[in-house]
Amino acid sequence: MSSETKKILTTDGTPLEESLKKAERKNKIKAFMLVAPLLFFLIITYVFPIGEMLLRSIDDRMVSKMLPKTYVAMEKWDGKELPSEEVFEAFYLDYKILVENKTAGKLSTQLNYEKNGFKSVLKKLARKQKKFTEGNYKEQIMAVHKRWRDVDYWRAIKRRAPEYSYSKYLKGIDMYENEDGNIVQVSEDRRIHRILWTRTLEVAFFVTVFCFLMAYPIAYLLATLPMKYSNLLMICVLLPFWTSLLVRTASWMILLQQQGIVNDFFVFTGLVADDNRPEMMYNKTGTYVAMTQILLPFMVLPLYSVMKTISPSLMRAGKSLGGTPFVTFFKIYFPLTIPGIGAGCLLVFILAIGYYITPALVGGASGTLISNQIAFHMKSTLDWSFASAMGLMLLTGVLAVYWIYNKLVGIDNIKLG
Amino acid sequence: MALPKYTETRYRIWHYIYLSICTFVFFFLIAPLFVIFPLSFNAEEFLVFSDGMKRLDPDAFSLRWYKDMIYGTKNPWGLAAKNSFIIAIFATLGSVILGTVAALGLSSRYMPFKGIIMAALISPMIVPLIISGVAIFFFMAKVGLAATHTGIILAHIVLGTPFVVITVTATLSGFDHSVTRAAASLGSTPVNTFMKITLPLILPGVISGGLFAFVTSFDEVVVVLFLAGLDNTTIPVQMWTGLREQLSPTILAVATCLIILSTLILVTAELLRRRSERIRGINR
Repeated sequence: MSSETKKILTTDGTPLEESLKKAERKNKIKAFMLVAPLLFFLIITYVFPIGEMLLRSIDDRMVSKMLPKTYVAMEKWDGKELPSEEVFEAFYLDYKILVENKTAGKLSTQLNYEKNGFKSVLKKLARKQKKFTEGNYKEQIMAVHKRWRDVDYWRAIKRRAPEYSYSKYLKGIDMYENEDGNIVQVSEDRRIHRILWTRTLEVAFFVTVFCFLMAYPIAYLLATLPMKYSNLLMICVLLPFWTSLLVRTASWMILLQQQGIVNDFFVFTGLVADDNRPEMMYNKTGTYVAMTQILLPFMVLPLYSVMKTISPSLMRAGKSLGGTPFVTFFKIYFPLTIPGIGAGCLLVFILAIGYYITPALVGGASGTLISNQIAFHMKSTLDWSFASAMGLMLLTGVLAVYWIYNKLVGIDNIKLG
Repeated sequence: MALPKYTETRYRIWHYIYLSICTFVFFFLIAPLFVIFPLSFNAEEFLVFSDGMKRLDPDAFSLRWYKDMIYGTKNPWGLAAKNSFIIAIFATLGSVILGTVAALGLSSRYMPFKGIIMAALISPMIVPLIISGVAIFFFMAKVGLAATHTGIILAHIVLGTPFVVITVTATLSGFDHSVTRAAASLGSTPVNTFMKITLPLILPGVISGGLFAFVTSFDEVVVVLFLAGLDNTTIPVQMWTGLREQLSPTILAVATCLIILSTLILVTAELLRRRSERIRGINR
């Protein structure tokens, strides 16, 4: 086309190109307006709350709110020698208010996390400070207990000055910041969280493997059987899929109990003695068995939908060219099902890593996962900022796998039923 | 899967091994559900098959746990069932409306940032429930909706919409857009076109998405555990409490009812799927 070609105009005189662009923009806005209600609903009720969890997990204003004057006075203190009279006075005034409001216990718990031994000296101070005379608080406080003369205790208070801290995240991986500001591991007998993280990954990984090993044969059978038989067998996959999670967990609790049917069967076949029935519930075995059965449909369905598209003539061609059934299967059929394997494995892994209900009911102490620990801190210890921090650490992992899933499979290819 | 006559013996053996593996897996999938059924008719209090049941003695079976479920003193199941249905129905309505409208936008070819928005809309299905539970609990407590039906319904709409979005976009992917253009050229307004042309065609997808949303809400326990007060207890919460404290046969009676409900839903969903495939002319 030569550059002299006249611009094509629409009937009202605007260039066609512009007019088309305008129409397209209008369509874009129209499409977006349809999605907007759900998007905004989710942003308000879901995305913001998760963002708030992030704030909550790093929020460390508890101590600084309780000792406002002290931290103002401490700003000038370099932390090398004992602080000045000014700091002692501010601390005395702050602490007096806390004792009067009966919230001093919270402070001593928090400061005791920072340095052991705070609890008793704070208690003693609360008793003695009633008789304090005005002026020279430094001498009076130091006279209460010799630890008040130890600069380490004042440094411990100062460490809680920042409004935000990542200490909850360190706690989540069994580390902490010690008095010198170095990040170190907690003592060996207290490293509980790392065990939980590895156990969660281990359970999610093996459940995925078990699901794959069990789902592949039946998905193949379902995809190759004639329709009328496969529809019937499909019900065996879909009925558990639609049945309540709690119902399925309850049935495993019945089956796996010591006097349960599985144990009866083992005794009947002579595998175990009647008086020596193995404990199959309230440990990792229970978690593995129940989670595998519950998540199995999520592996079968993607595998089935991929296998359904593979033409049987490919296998026949392979065989006619001299491949044995095993060779044709592994050289031709198996590679073609890899997209389904990827989809199923990632989906099952994502679902397994955040499982809560089943491990809590059949897992006992040795079969609980990271989700159970989050629930424990939400409901029992009420350490909500720690629960938030652990939740976000788990979320990061899940979103990473979700991202891979989206890249490899595409989120719109999730198959449901 | 009949084997040809010329199959070698070793492949024949392998074939039967394979079939028995499959039988085992199918058994593993479905058998646990059938354990509940007979035990819920147990005349005794224990959750094992009594000797009488093994002999099929009629006296060993009874309906006492079903009676206990319905008429039992201080029994929580009536209130729980009422709450569960109210919450699930409203949550389903909300999910279906928001999800279907969003799916219409998402399947337009003009939709900007389609991938990332789709991923965001599906995320409540992927994010572990415990995290959703914690986040939604903080939010509902702040806006004063904790321990209310409204709060739980809103939370379940969040969890239910991904299913509606997925099923409806899947239905729309085979949708012939020329029919809506034809309607428009004949003078129909967009709303009229949607109600008269688009909706009837995608209805099977919408309903099956709705079924998913219903089941999600009806079965959901983690978020409700955080949000519910004493007045908002639901069937799953009651089951959870019961399973944690002591396994009573009454729970099995409830579980049997739930299995029957899920069978009905499964049949409906399957019929809808086939109808949808027929309407959209997908031959299998």
